[in-house]
Amino acid sequence: MARTLSPRRRLLTTIAAWSVALLIFFPVLWMLITSFKTEASAVASPPELFSASWTLENYAEVWARSDYPRFFWNSVVISIGSTLLGLAVAIPAAWSMAFVPTKRTKDLLMWMLSTKMMPAVAVMIPLYLVFQRIGLFDTKTGLVLALMLMNLPIIVWMLYTYFREIPGEILEAARMDGASLWNEIVYVLTPMAIPGIASTLLLNVILAWNEAFWTITLTTTKAAPLSAFIASFSAPQGLFYAKLSAASTMAIAPILILGWFSQKQLVRGLTFGAVK
Amino acid sequence: MTLTTRALLGATAAVCLSSWAMADTITVATVNNGDMVRMQGLMDDFKAKHPDIDVQWVTLEENVLRQNVTTDIATGGGQYDVLTIGTYEVPIWGKQGWLVSLNDLPESYDVNDLLPAIRGGLTVDGNLFAAPFYGESSMVMYRKDLMEAAGLTMPEAPTWADIEKAAAAMTDKSKEQYGICLRGKAGWGENMAFLTAMSNSYGARWFDENWKPQFDQPEWKATLDAYLNLMNNYGPPGASNNGFNENLTLFQQGKCGMWIDATVAASFVTGKDSTVADKVGFALAPDNGLGKRGNWLWAWSLAIPTSSKHQEAAKTFIDWATNKDYLALVASKEGWANVPPGTRTSLYENPEYAKVPFAKMTLDSINAADPTHPTVKPVPYVGVQFVAIPEFQGLGTTVGELFSAALAGQKSADDALAEAQAAVTDEMTSAGYIK
Repeated sequence: MARTLSPRRRLLTTIAAWSVALLIFFPVLWMLITSFKTEASAVASPPELFSASWTLENYAEVWARSDYPRFFWNSVVISIGSTLLGLAVAIPAAWSMAFVPTKRTKDLLMWMLSTKMMPAVAVMIPLYLVFQRIGLFDTKTGLVLALMLMNLPIIVWMLYTYFREIPGEILEAARMDGASLWNEIVYVLTPMAIPGIASTLLLNVILAWNEAFWTITLTTTKAAPLSAFIASFSAPQGLFYAKLSAASTMAIAPILILGWFSQKQLVRGLTFGAVK
Repeated sequence: MTLTTRALLGATAAVCLSSWAMADTITVATVNNGDMVRMQGLMDDFKAKHPDIDVQWVTLEENVLRQNVTTDIATGGGQYDVLTIGTYEVPIWGKQGWLVSLNDLPESYDVNDLLPAIRGGLTVDGNLFAAPFYGESSMVMYRKDLMEAAGLTMPEAPTWADIEKAAAAMTDKSKEQYGICLRGKAGWGENMAFLTAMSNSYGARWFDENWKPQFDQPEWKATLDAYLNLMNNYGPPGASNNGFNENLTLFQQGKCGMWIDATVAASFVTGKDSTVADKVGFALAPDNGLGKRGNWLWAWSLAIPTSSKHQEAAKTFIDWATNKDYLALVASKEGWANVPPGTRTSLYENPEYAKVPFAKMTLDSINAADPTHPTVKPVPYVGVQFVAIPEFQGLGTTVGELFSAALAGQKSADDALAEAQAAVTDEMTSAGYIK
């Protein structure tokens, strides 16, 4: 039965929720505000909010100096491509771990997760060399593969958790009705796990979109995504915060909008099975 | 000959011709400095002169660029054709055989016109391994109005005692006005660039002739004590987090009486974002009467990695970007004050450029630096504000963290120096310098 809150308690809860939300969102908000300031105003001390000189010049300059559409398109292809490929590999893997576990399944899952604990720089040179030798350096295909491999442990873990919530009897019933393994996964398991798969997809698109180490290390001009676009606006000598903020805002805007519109799906997926 | 054979031969010839006529594409790796950005805006001129060469740019943050370029060269990747590197990398990479010699640049390039100090820093065993795009030293930038109000005059070549006296006179913490702003942020290219240059004027050195670290010597103690005294008494709060950009902001906002830093900052502190643009004076970096000044030498330069597959096109580009005509091109489009400074003697002989307020001081500062004899005593290394060995990035940052902690009050100067001595000795022993 749902609990009813007193108006006073509801107000306090609302204020607390908004405070936490604002605290989390503040860095992004500050970046957005800075992107509309002049360089001098962006570094003023104490920080200027209402007295700042507002301008759109930063956006105009960032747009003029860089080929934003190219970086954007590369980000779209890399993040969506790596996520879809990751799902194609992870769904069968998670199915087998959830429904046909062996004695070593838990160890295997832990091992997969442990690869995420390894510092990326430890495998930088080997991966760099492999990519060069097989012609994947500075290609979108190469980055799709690299990011798929980087995020695969998370995808498998998330899907494994969702699949475990699905009663095995339903799959068994499908098998008794003559469903092949392919049909069982595609027509029975996948539709039932749609919220989980959708949230996994969204989360991994966001992770891939925001990935900076590999996308900057393994690209130069052709496949560089928005992370490289942002990096190009940092300067060792001279003021650059306002332009960097404008570039960062342009880079995160698409994924922020995607997150905003899909938040219900994301929350539903992330809390899937949390309350029985 | 059948029709099919003729068609095939024709198609083959067309393919051959089209690939012959196809433009050579070079990839230039660079940093986001004002002069580099300006060069990218002038590519129409290059394209008009060299229609057969296309240029692609990879602009990255300085440390990311260093990491990517090092990885590419070390693995022979050949992803970049022109690299933007500094005077620290050139001697090391040149010795490793990673860079293409530029001794065969055309006569019109006039290599003898390059400033001797800058040219020397980019030459290894007689080979020029990088062409300087812009050069810089460090100098004192000070507020003429505050000095005048304090009844002081800044000598053209001040001593550290002059600097302390001026800092004390200009400090008024109640008005958030600090006598001196210096780098405090930890890093081999941050506080250690300043402190290593400063230590030269106190007669200190990183290593003796046998690569034994010298942080236990009185010269380093005198350097660090003087630095901490200046910063603790007359510097801004939180100075251990301040690097070039933070101090630039403070100076532009009128909060620093003096700032000792890169000569390239002169155009910023007198530029449109500065609230004190018309009140800035310039002087040489201070000395201590030992014959060496506390100024450094740096040049962002263009080099070709030996892994490049387009070395001739890359050479053509470097010739265009660093010759005298390029300086004239920038002057015609953006004015003489925006010409990349510190590379050519002829620029400083140009009467138009002589009108730029910081031109003479920049030249004098560059000429006062000697990378091969950086300090009073002999040293086994090259470099004024760095030691041109591969280990220095790590060593400089380790020592920089210790000195930054001393500035933040987290440890004493003596402890910082003792820990620096121990850390550097360990590293140099492991690296095989100390037998």
